[in-house]
Formats: sequence, C-alpha cells, structure tokens
Amino acid sequence: MKPVLEVANLRVSFASGTRAVRGISLAVQRGETHCLVGESGCGKSVSSLAIMNLLARGATRSADILRFHDTDLLKLTERQMAQLRGDKLAMIFQEPMTSLNPAYTIGSQMAEALTRHRRISRAKALDRAAELLERVGITAPGMRLAQYPHQLSGGLRQRVMIAMALMCDPELLIADEPTTALDVTVQAQILRLLQTLQRELGLALLLITHDLGIVARMAQRVSVMYAGEVVESASAEALFARPTHPYTRGLLECIPIPGASRRDAPLGSIPGVVPRIGPDFKGCGFRDRCAHAAPICAEMAPLQHAAPNHDYLCRLPPDWPEAAAA
Amino acid sequence: MSAAIEVRGLRRVFRGRTGMFGGERVVRAVDGIGFSLAAGDVLGIVGESGCGKSTLGRVIMGLLPPSEGEVLVDGKRLDTLDRRSRARLIQPVFQDPFSSLNPRHTIEQIVGLPLAAQGDVTGRQRRERVMEMLSRVGLSAEMASRMPAQLSGGQRQRVAIARALVLRPRIVVCDEPTSALDVSVQAQILNLLAELRRELGLTYLFISHNLAVVEHIATEVAVMYLGRFVEQAPVDDLFRAPQHPYTRALLASVLTPEPGLGIPDVGLGESYPDPANIPPGCRFHPRCPIAEARCQTESPEGRRPGGRLVECLLVDGQAVSDPVRVPA
Repeated sequence: MKPVLEVANLRVSFASGTRAVRGISLAVQRGETHCLVGESGCGKSVSSLAIMNLLARGATRSADILRFHDTDLLKLTERQMAQLRGDKLAMIFQEPMTSLNPAYTIGSQMAEALTRHRRISRAKALDRAAELLERVGITAPGMRLAQYPHQLSGGLRQRVMIAMALMCDPELLIADEPTTALDVTVQAQILRLLQTLQRELGLALLLITHDLGIVARMAQRVSVMYAGEVVESASAEALFARPTHPYTRGLLECIPIPGASRRDAPLGSIPGVVPRIGPDFKGCGFRDRCAHAAPICAEMAPLQHAAPNHDYLCRLPPDWPEAAAA
Repeated sequence: MSAAIEVRGLRRVFRGRTGMFGGERVVRAVDGIGFSLAAGDVLGIVGESGCGKSTLGRVIMGLLPPSEGEVLVDGKRLDTLDRRSRARLIQPVFQDPFSSLNPRHTIEQIVGLPLAAQGDVTGRQRRERVMEMLSRVGLSAEMASRMPAQLSGGQRQRVAIARALVLRPRIVVCDEPTSALDVSVQAQILNLLAELRRELGLTYLFISHNLAVVEHIATEVAVMYLGRFVEQAPVDDLFRAPQHPYTRALLASVLTPEPGLGIPDVGLGESYPDPANIPPGCRFHPRCPIAEARCQTESPEGRRPGGRLVECLLVDGQAVSDPVRVPA
C-alpha cells in the first residue's frame, strides 16, 4: 500500500551550522499512528516543521523524498503548500493557548479554517464547527463557538484545536506533543479521542512525543530519534519487546513504573548530555553516553536489521542484549 | 518521638476581583490540611494543576503567609522564627532550574549564598563547604566558576539541590523538581535525591503531578484535590489499593510503557474543577463516576474508613481489589 506520507533522507540545518535533522526516513500509512519519540533537542519537532515547510528563516531543508500521496512537497511553491496545509495536511501543536488567537472567538477561528480552503458560506462553516465540537466531546457547542480561548480550560482548548484540525477532512494529522501541557486525566481523555477519530476517519497520524508511555499505548510504528537521527525504527510491539539500540534500552530503563520498579534500587539513567552536532560531526551521536562505545563509533554507525521492519543504527549485532546478559 | 514536620489546620485563601465591576473571587487554594512526618520520610503530594499543591509548598516554607494554621519543624513554630533560623530548617528545590538560579552569579556564589546570608562562617569555610556540597551532588570542582547558562538542565538542578542542602536543613520541599527535565536526566536527579536522603537523613515534601515518580521516591503519599488531601496512605497501600475514586482515576491515567493496553477510560467527564467555586458536599462529586445523591450535600471531610484518610462517603474501608479500574 502506498503511504500517505513518505519521507526519505530528510535533513535540516540551521544558520548556526547546527545540523538538527540528519537524514531521517519514515512512512505513515492510512489509518496508522506513527510515533516519533525522543528527548528535547533530538530534532523531532524540527522534522515535523520541515515536513510542513514551516521552518524558521535561516533553516534549510533537503530530502531525497518528501511526498504526500502523489504530491512532491519539495516541488510546491509556498502558495501551493499553504493551500495544502490545514486542508488535507493538518497539524496540532503542544500549546493550545499560544496557537489559538486570543482576540477571536472559537467560532470565527474554526470557520476560517474552512472558508480559507473551500467555497463555503460562513454560516455553513459554523454549522460544521459545531458538529465537530460535538464530535470531540464538547457539550453545548453553540455556546463554545461564541467564547474566546481564555474562557476555556486547557483540556477544552486542546479539543478545540483537534476539532479545528479536522475542519477540512485531513488525511494526515501531525500532532506535536498534543497532551504535554495537560493533566494526566485530561491527557487520557484527549488521547482516547484522537484514537477514536483516527480509527473512524482513517487518518494517518504522525504523533510526536517524548513520552514512551504514550508511544506504547498509541503507536503502531515507532521511530526513536536521537541527535537528529532515527536510531531505531520498529513496530510498537517489537520496540518494547526487543529494544535493540543502546539508547532505546537506556531510555526504557529510566522510566519508573508504578508497582513494577523496585523503590530501593536506583532507576537506570543515561549519564552525560546530548552532543552539539556541527557540520563536521561524524560517527554515532550517542557514543559519548554509551556504555558499549568502541573506536569505530567515532567513524560511523551502520544501519542494521534486527528483524524484518525493525532497523537500528549501531555497530552492535542484533543479539547483543542476550549476549551481554549471558 | 516528635515529628520532623507537623502541619496543623493549614488554610490559604486568595481574594481578587473577577473584572472591573465583577464580584469578589475567593480562591481557597489550601483548604484545611494537616499531617505530620517522621524524620527520613518522604511525603509525595500528587494532584493536578490548580489543586493547590504548589501553594501548599509555599505556605509550608513560609514564602506565603497562611490564612490559618501553623507549621512546626522539630517542634518549633516556623512563623515565630526569623528568616535565618527558618532557612536552617527548611529549604526549597523548584521546578525550573532555568529561572531559579541567578544568571549573573557563578555556581560557587549561588551555592554559597545561604551560608553568606547566615553570616557565621569565614570565606574559607564557606568555600570548603560549597566544594564539598558540589561533589556530593555529582558536580566537578571546575563547575564552581561556571555560570548557570553554561550548564545543562540536569546540572542546574544539581546546583539547586546543592544550594538547598548547604545549610544542612531538616526538611527539603521539592516542587516538581524533575518536571522540566528529560526522562534520562530525571532518573539521575531522582537517584541523587534518594541517595542524599539516605546519607543525610533528610525529610522531603515531594510535590509532583507525576505518580510514577512519586511512587518511586515517596514513603507516604497524599492525593490533593481542590485544596484538600482526599486520600493519604503509605506508598505501597496507596498504589496497591487506592480507595478514593479520584485516586483510582489518577492511577488509571498513568500510561505505562506497555503496548497493547490502549488508552484507559478514566470516566471523569469534562467538568473541570475550579478552586474559586468549590462544590458543596464532596468537592469531587461533579466528576465522580460513582457519586450518589448524598454526595452533593454531605461532606466527607476527615473520614478515615479503615484507619486511613479517605475523604469519600462511599468508601467503607473494605479493600478494593482492582486498583486501576474505575467502574464505567
């Protein structure tokens, strides 16, 4: 099946010389949730902005393939891209407070999302907005349409953001940390909603998060990013059952699990900090923090297969965890 | 034995106006909280944003005066002490290591400031104690001359911990100390806090929205909702057999990295709590999946069914077998 979004060898550099994204590849199928997971500064948000062509001035992107269905996004003019954005290609950001305009009502912002892309009357657009607000679980949508963002709680604002992203029936939804600013109970509600909508509408969802709990519960496929590269890519089951890259393994050991981790034993942790990746950087980005680093890691990190559709970027053989345990 | 810290009937009310002609808005951020903690214990205080947990921390530290109630450390009432004596008993570690350190001071100046403020040590003694503290929190001696901007988030939080501990306080109030950090760094800081507690016999109040983190570090857990502790119990009891419906919903919402479990239905509805408008009866009843008619009028305050604090009319002290399922 042809993916809804296909990315090959995407690179982003900043004017400062920092290489934020260093050749990532991924594909998102219709009806699939693909999680891009990593810690702050790993390049996951920059990657999504690069896909949407929303990078700040001074940043440059390049790619071998950047395709949405049959459309080559690299060849589009800014005007053509703007037409696609918010229409078939929608995005939800982390901070609903800063991505909604405080000076306009919910209704006028939601209606604009539709009237901008379709020849449709404002009244019809408002009807559609009310319908979608109801769809995302907001009671009394008529009242909410007349309200301003500051009159809504964080959870309600995020529901409005989701409803707004759905105004034009998108086929691909990119959600960048959509629940990070929310409380855990509200987070669960919002994620359930995204899951239901995705199933019913057949959305392709690219979900960007730092939270491996969310990844485990939402993703079909996972790409783990570190220092601008996808260091491991697998199905969610395979990734949690057989994490192979030392970074993925380290990350999983850092998470306290209620009822499972031993309280008197220290948590696993990864010493050190993420390196700065300049233009001359080569080799494995994780080597300074890796317990298994060898001289070759300063030169290169090969792409290997742990299993079909399970790739990782490391010199270690796929069975190294068992060998290390033995 | 006297408690390391004892809090009695603590309340804090904020008053404001809703608009130029609006009525008075009264927020009962801390609405009657009492507990005591033995030396070496860690009380984890969990709750969602707006529940009053940070206000509670600030009132306990004396950064905000209470409207009612008192705080005793080692049997001494904190409000009767001057700032210097108070600083020797209780110290904070805040969430954001980017704004809680003075950007114009070196690390040595930052960690040494509490000692300098006490005014009873020489410059040389101060330097020695700062260096000793830095090495205890895992920072090399060359860090002493650096500025905060040259440090990573995890290193800054180590500096904040060193500053809190340099006076050897009895109590450390940690307000979301790892929330701004990545998980790999969060684990380093949690391990450090646990190690320092063992070595120095510290007592922590550990305020967090992250239940997994609290479970890892706390000995005792209090669940806060709209200004009150609605449940409090030793950590194992609380996580193994949560009683209050709110505690159970919170626990059900924790997304552990276990694929295939899906996203739980926490069943709380969309009526978000407003601390300026605390519901009568049980304050949780508008969101409660098992509320009955009497929950709207009858107050569960101070109930201790089965011996532990559970402010719910419907809990009778029988063990609840399934800890992470809320009745649909």
